[in-house]
Amino acid sequence: MNEAPTGTVAFDRVSKAFGARQVLRSVSFEIRQGEIVCILGRSGTGKSVTLKLLMALLKPDQGKIWVDREEITGMSEAELSKVRRKMGFLFQDAALFDSLSLYENLALPLQRLTTKSKDEVDAAVDSVLQQVGLAGDRLKRPSQLSGGMRKRAGLARALVLEPRILLADEPSSGLDRITASEIDDLFLRQRAASNTTILIVTHDVHGARKVGDRFAVFDKGDLAAFGTAAEVERSEHETARRLISEV
Amino acid sequence: MPDPIEFVGKVNLFGLRTMIDAIRRPFEVAQILRQIAEIGAKSLLLVISSGFALGMVMTLHTRGTLVTFGAEALIPTVQSLGFFVEIGPLVAALLVSGRVGSGIGAVLANMRATEQIDGIESLSIDSFKFLVVPRVIACIVSMPLLTLFIDFAGLMGGFVSEHASSGISFYLYLSRAFASLEWSNFVAPTAKTAVFGFIIGTVSSYFGYTTNEGSQGVGRAATNSVVVSSLLIIFVDVILVKCIFFLFPENAL
Repeated sequence: MNEAPTGTVAFDRVSKAFGARQVLRSVSFEIRQGEIVCILGRSGTGKSVTLKLLMALLKPDQGKIWVDREEITGMSEAELSKVRRKMGFLFQDAALFDSLSLYENLALPLQRLTTKSKDEVDAAVDSVLQQVGLAGDRLKRPSQLSGGMRKRAGLARALVLEPRILLADEPSSGLDRITASEIDDLFLRQRAASNTTILIVTHDVHGARKVGDRFAVFDKGDLAAFGTAAEVERSEHETARRLISEV
Repeated sequence: MPDPIEFVGKVNLFGLRTMIDAIRRPFEVAQILRQIAEIGAKSLLLVISSGFALGMVMTLHTRGTLVTFGAEALIPTVQSLGFFVEIGPLVAALLVSGRVGSGIGAVLANMRATEQIDGIESLSIDSFKFLVVPRVIACIVSMPLLTLFIDFAGLMGGFVSEHASSGISFYLYLSRAFASLEWSNFVAPTAKTAVFGFIIGTVSSYFGYTTNEGSQGVGRAATNSVVVSSLLIIFVDVILVKCIFFLFPENAL
């Protein structure tokens, strides 16, 4: 990629290793605004690392990463902070702060990063809690929430700053099919309401096919296939074909 | 644990970053107050009860010897000098290192293991400034205050023990206790506990914040926090006592 990409998110020959273990090997792709891309692959193939590189929680060893047409790989922490405000991250275990109530978890970024008054913060928190169906649980601590509720709470926190890009790391892991489907519906509603670009790392192929416009399939650190479900099904890569067909 | 020289270098850089971030906006006032309540207020009962018991025991031990030499009247003086100059600051620091150091190490390591620290970073919040700096500042502020409490609890324990043995009045005990105590016996040793607080906060936060061993790292961070900060406190105490003697030569008598 010699010029700035036109997509909202782009990887240009990105590599990452942890010690001797090569997790990503020269990975390139581009995602358009409002697109939902599901990242599939076996465990330990660099799917979550891809999201963390995008959020600049990890630095790539080689290659360039673009977010909203800005190259983030050489940015300072202050510059990265501005880029991160465009993104929301739903962690695998929600990563809510144990010591804070659900309301405090959601209000924290609004209080610190915006100039909203207390009433406006309250309204924003209530609105996003309503959106994920947790309006009656605002005073509960994360430990008092079930697995599905924690996921929805994590999603609420990721959405509270109204991000242009949403990253979700295994949003359906540990959930029954119905609850996982509710989370998938939330993604679709978010995209319909705000044209949010969404990247989802998942092992749930059924859910992925329901929400995903395109699919990135990772295998042993390589991007084995990238495209629509039909394109991946026609891929020359056997693992990619098997993964997308496992419903 | 890494190579000792590498470890010392890393902890020093960690401490330096803490000091720089402490004077950089935004000041995490709410977090600092929360941590002072967590670290200081919740250690109060432990510090007071330990000081009281230690004061009683110390009087029981010194009484026999001083009575033999007809120096019974010096018991309150020995008690106050012993507590204000060395026992209070050192014991308070070791108690806080055990209670708070392990807590800070475990909490931060758990936050790392459960991606809560990544969660903070993903919200464009500087996790170091939000989590580490308030804890270190809270330790620095709390230590001298807790030392005052252990000093006076020790004196009270000594009084109860001495009153039971000789029937000495509270007023006479206190007047004898403070008769030979100079400000320099009190201010410098109490102030040095701020350094102990810095050690406890920095070392414990370092082990918790930098761990990358998942849930296994939680226990290890807690243990390392207590062991290393306790050893450092004792070692630094020797240096600080020498510094105090240099600045206040009358204390060295």
